[in-house]
Amino acid sequence: MSATDPAEVELLVASDHREILSGPTAPAALDRLPRHPVRQGLGHSLIANRKALTGMIILALFVAVALLAPILAPGNPSTITSLGAQPPSAEHLLGTTPKGQDVLALTMWGARSSLLVGFVVGFAATFIGLLVGLSSAYLGGRADNSLSLLTNVFLLIPGLPLLVILAAFLPTGMTTVMLVLTFTGWAGSARVLRSQALSIRGKDFVAAAIVTGERAGWIMFREILPNMASIVMITLIGSVIFGIGAQAGLEFLGLGDVSVVSWGTNLYWASNDGALMSGTWWAFVPSGAAIALVAFALALINYGVDEVTNPRLRSTRRQRSSRRAALAPATPQEVNR
Amino acid sequence: MSISAPVTGTPADTEAAPDAVISLRGLSVDFPVGGLFSRTVVRALRSVDLDLERGEILALVGESGSGKSTIARCIARLERPTAGQIVVDGVDVLRSEPRRASREFRSKVQMIFQDPFGSLNPAHRVGQFLERAAKLHGRATDPGQLRELVENLMATVDLPVDMLDSRAFELSGGQRQRVSIARALAMDPEVILADEPTSMLDVSVRIGVLNLMRRLRDERGISMLFITHDLASARYVADRTTVMFAGELVESGVSTALMARPAHPYTQLLLSAVPDPLRAGSYDPVERARLRAAVLDSPTCPYDGDPDQVCSRTEPVRHDVGPAADRHWVRCHLYRPAADVASRALAVDTVDG
Amino acid sequence: MSTLPTSPDDAPVLEVTDLSVEYHGEYRTVRAVDRVSFQIGRGEIFGLAGESGCGKSTAANAIMRLLRPPAVITGGSIRFRGRDILTLDAEELRALRWREVAMVFQSAMNSLNPVMTVGDQIVDIFTTHERLPKSKARARAAELLELVRIDPARLRSYPHQLSGGMRQRVVIAMAVALRPHLLIMDEPTTALDVVVQQEIMAQIAELQRELGFSVLFITHDMSLMIELSHRMAVMYAGRFVETADASTMFADPLHPYTRALINAFPPLSGPVTPLVGLGEGVRFTDIPDLREERPGHWVAPVPVGTVIDGGRP
Repeated sequence: MSATDPAEVELLVASDHREILSGPTAPAALDRLPRHPVRQGLGHSLIANRKALTGMIILALFVAVALLAPILAPGNPSTITSLGAQPPSAEHLLGTTPKGQDVLALTMWGARSSLLVGFVVGFAATFIGLLVGLSSAYLGGRADNSLSLLTNVFLLIPGLPLLVILAAFLPTGMTTVMLVLTFTGWAGSARVLRSQALSIRGKDFVAAAIVTGERAGWIMFREILPNMASIVMITLIGSVIFGIGAQAGLEFLGLGDVSVVSWGTNLYWASNDGALMSGTWWAFVPSGAAIALVAFALALINYGVDEVTNPRLRSTRRQRSSRRAALAPATPQEVNR
Repeated sequence: MSISAPVTGTPADTEAAPDAVISLRGLSVDFPVGGLFSRTVVRALRSVDLDLERGEILALVGESGSGKSTIARCIARLERPTAGQIVVDGVDVLRSEPRRASREFRSKVQMIFQDPFGSLNPAHRVGQFLERAAKLHGRATDPGQLRELVENLMATVDLPVDMLDSRAFELSGGQRQRVSIARALAMDPEVILADEPTSMLDVSVRIGVLNLMRRLRDERGISMLFITHDLASARYVADRTTVMFAGELVESGVSTALMARPAHPYTQLLLSAVPDPLRAGSYDPVERARLRAAVLDSPTCPYDGDPDQVCSRTEPVRHDVGPAADRHWVRCHLYRPAADVASRALAVDTVDG
Repeated sequence: MSTLPTSPDDAPVLEVTDLSVEYHGEYRTVRAVDRVSFQIGRGEIFGLAGESGCGKSTAANAIMRLLRPPAVITGGSIRFRGRDILTLDAEELRALRWREVAMVFQSAMNSLNPVMTVGDQIVDIFTTHERLPKSKARARAAELLELVRIDPARLRSYPHQLSGGMRQRVVIAMAVALRPHLLIMDEPTTALDVVVQQEIMAQIAELQRELGFSVLFITHDMSLMIELSHRMAVMYAGRFVETADASTMFADPLHPYTRALINAFPPLSGPVTPLVGLGEGVRFTDIPDLREERPGHWVAPVPVGTVIDGGRP
């Protein structure tokens, strides 16, 4: 059984859900629920969740590799040698590229740039999206209308063509890539965060805060935002995945900084040097696989966050199998325990 | 001193009761409906005149959609009325602080909400609510004073001090409402607006919360506007009761007298519908239909022909029920409420078969 | 409040014996229903009163075998017209549901399919369970609406076009469509205004008189039950604390919890005296089995010295 928020036993009847836990006649006859298992911080529950833990381990591995690349693969990995494309061997575990570069070293060094850009873009896009979404939801009225209009415009503009155009006209470099990706990526988060903020805005505790005399800033960041923690996290992870993937995409098209070693540029050079056509699979598979794995790891963490914060999601998988169980005759052991 | 609106006078001419902490005059609220360019509105409140006196609990009774919550939200400055005055301690706050309520206003007028599960932020601890409220209004300067104040508040609402470290979801509904009341008290208010504070509570804990409200009135002289659909609680806790229908007030008087001798057909309708085991089996569909018709379009008014209390179909005049000193008034029966809202409020939807 | 049309050989429609239901959470197991026993006779209206969390809804769902993990029936038996419900297989259960036992869930009126007309939803019942052709099903649907005093022209309306009271009538009509022997109603009037509530209760009473089904009526509002029910039970923390005729229960409540529930309704006439409610910290733990204190009036004995006072008035 995947980690269950112990305070949230699943029930068929929604009303009993609250009743069992907090009614004064709760059968467990406790004045209050036990302190430690209830709503242990998101972090705690995440580590307990198998999916999230797997994802975090994979991600941690990649981050470690990225940080330790200068130690694990010293020297400049992009130095062109006369080795030519060599299949994987004992000396070059993943072989060499047509330019004679060690693929393993390239992949390890590539992690640095890809992960850095990915995370920076992810955080920046989420941050802007959060600011826009929160203000939009809280201020309402004309401010909301204009900010929503802005968000929608950015959403409608086709991302990839815009990316390509911007990247083509701006000076090459990592900063450009980061700017361009953030520019095209914030709107999606803004929309999601706005809806969530809106639904929280409608709750009585926000009205109570207004009536207490709290100011807008406090209400947005200390009343509404803490209740959005999980969706902010999910949006953040999504933005990071976007950052990594879009960066790779840009670079593969040659619009990034091709002198930097990253997974995307590895793929670019692999294609440029004819690796795809000559069957030199080891030149591009590792970088591609790395991107996929990191995205997978992040997605796992995302599922984990989802499951931990919304116990009902867990039930959909179980309900299917247990619907059959519910209709099966109750076994004598079950009934006469 | 009763308030009888002059036959042709505009509501704003009415003089306020001398000891009213809050007076509403001509309060109207329209909600726009339809799309961006639509002009249609829904009239939630139509020209409401209401007085809340110092040290009294006034019950505002009506069914859902009658507009009673809207009144509370307007007084709490959560909604902006379309027209009218909100006079607090003699000052029309809509005029003196039009854009945003001042801190003094916030400390004078507090509110507790209906949903105990939604009115406390799940991310905060109980102590934080109280401390924040107290600090914001300068009720305590140093941590020691703050702690003492907060502990006193918990004692006032009969909650244990160690609950200060709990989070909202660890508390029961009744306990949460008490925390909300404690937070309101932290600001030392003159008025507490209670929007259906017991409707979502378990039946056995309601009396406790109602008793707390009575005590706050008796011991601290806090005035309260108690909004409810439950006539029985209104009678138990409120000094005076005002009945609301389709955005307008129809009757008002001392709670016990009003429920013993309801003058308006809508009040009679409400009273007849309250489940009362002592009156079991008394539901009479014919009488129900008659009352419904009387509310929407009454053919007669008991004051018709009285030279001192002139009736009007078009103006919502108020008639004195009994001696003026009783301050029991009823809206003229002949007055026709606005068709659209009224028929929805009384949803006549059965076919007599 | 009315007398029961029973004869000595009338088998009870529903017989629940020592029913227990547990919720298995990760850290603890909660007993939602704890050895509960009761019977409902033919044409009898049985009221189950209790506050949120007492387990009444869980018990009702157990009867129709609607509980899913982590809720598990851990003991007892449920016999419906002599058959053991807990041993039925999927086919038998499907045949049983709606045709013999039907349920009106809490907020059912808000669970009507918003994209189908009311008529289509009722017709669905007939075409599915009785395999009637559409035309016959429509005719039956019209009859059904008339039974609950709704103009049959409303068959073409969508749920959002009807008022709350009308939607509830539709839901009730759908529940009695196949003339079940037992109707379980879980808080059928909670979301309704007091005026509409009284009318719906009257409607239910009328339907019951006409069609003669038994009712398991669940609510936290005791005063509603008095009018409608023949017999009543009060539930607390998964256990019954008192069972009696409705009128007896009201006139002479023996268990302090029952008294607290009844007292919670301030009187509409007479002097306004301070009432003392049930203290929030009050718990009745280890409730013993019911004992028959008076004929037909069963009460769980309260240990001497239990303080139930609700604090200061």
